[in-house]
Amino acid sequence: MTVSPSLDERFRAAAAAAELLDVAYDVLPDTPVGTLLVGVTDRGVCRISFDPEPEHHLELLARIFGPRVLRSSKPVDRVRRELDEYFEGRRQHFDVEPDVRGVPEYYRRVLDELARVEYGTTTTYGTLAALTGNPRAARAVGTVMNRNPIPIVLPCHRVIGASGSLTGYGGGLDRKEHLLRLEGAIL
Amino acid sequence: MIPPFETFYETHRDEVYRFLGRRLGRQSAEDAFQETFLRALRAYPRLEHGEHLRAWVFTIASRIIVDDARRRKPEGELPELAVEDGLPAFEDLAPLTDDLPPKERAAVVLRYGYDLDYAEIGAALGSTESAARQAASAGVRRLRKEQQ
Repeated sequence: MTVSPSLDERFRAAAAAAELLDVAYDVLPDTPVGTLLVGVTDRGVCRISFDPEPEHHLELLARIFGPRVLRSSKPVDRVRRELDEYFEGRRQHFDVEPDVRGVPEYYRRVLDELARVEYGTTTTYGTLAALTGNPRAARAVGTVMNRNPIPIVLPCHRVIGASGSLTGYGGGLDRKEHLLRLEGAIL
Repeated sequence: MIPPFETFYETHRDEVYRFLGRRLGRQSAEDAFQETFLRALRAYPRLEHGEHLRAWVFTIASRIIVDDARRRKPEGELPELAVEDGLPAFEDLAPLTDDLPPKERAAVVLRYGYDLDYAEIGAALGSTESAARQAASAGVRRLRKEQQ
């Protein structure tokens, strides 16, 4: 006798409804950029990852946000809907707040600037570095982009090399290219 | 380090459900299952370490079984003293056993607080019937010694 899928889902929904979760996460299969793992807190979206294997995230999420990390679909609905609209080209700005607890102070400043880079445009690592007070820190900005906990919503795909080359992306260059094409930033 | 709740839940949900099913039948087991893990979730941030989580969740489940039995007793009926005697509330037993090593404590509470048999306690503690019997009697010996 094992727990039936419907009982399991009922418990997960009840846990979220009772507001007992530090992080609710869900796996979004088959988006245009592959399967995503999305985590949310009561403050907003705290994680989007191109690596959808929960095992790779649970410990870290528990350490940052608290141990009550549980897969639960309902709390993720809002982000799911906004991402769907974005992928369909019907949304240019995310309304859900990013929850960047656990991100070091310098990284946070860079991510704040990043959040201002508009849909359909690009900027460079050097520009972001200059905006956050150290024009020579382009490489450090690259590191921040690489460790961005909430890609797509915090649009690190809009940051490219000064030469115009796409340079790199934590989720792989093909994904970066896909997102920039979707936004009409490249042809 | 307390494991993420998801890990804890996935590790224990099936055996907790089986345990509840044996004691309550399938219908009530579903409600008791949900209540067990909701209570665990409420108490989870207050845990100081991640040891003995299995004994802990079975203790919660056992308590819910007792609550369930109390609820089902029709109003106005004379209390069945023998049953009441056999099931001192967890609250009564818990403070007395505070100083026991966790495994002995769980065995004593599940045996004398919840009237589980040793096979069930063994299952709850992830060991055997005879190990559960030994843990309970070691716990009782230790309590006697502390009383003197």
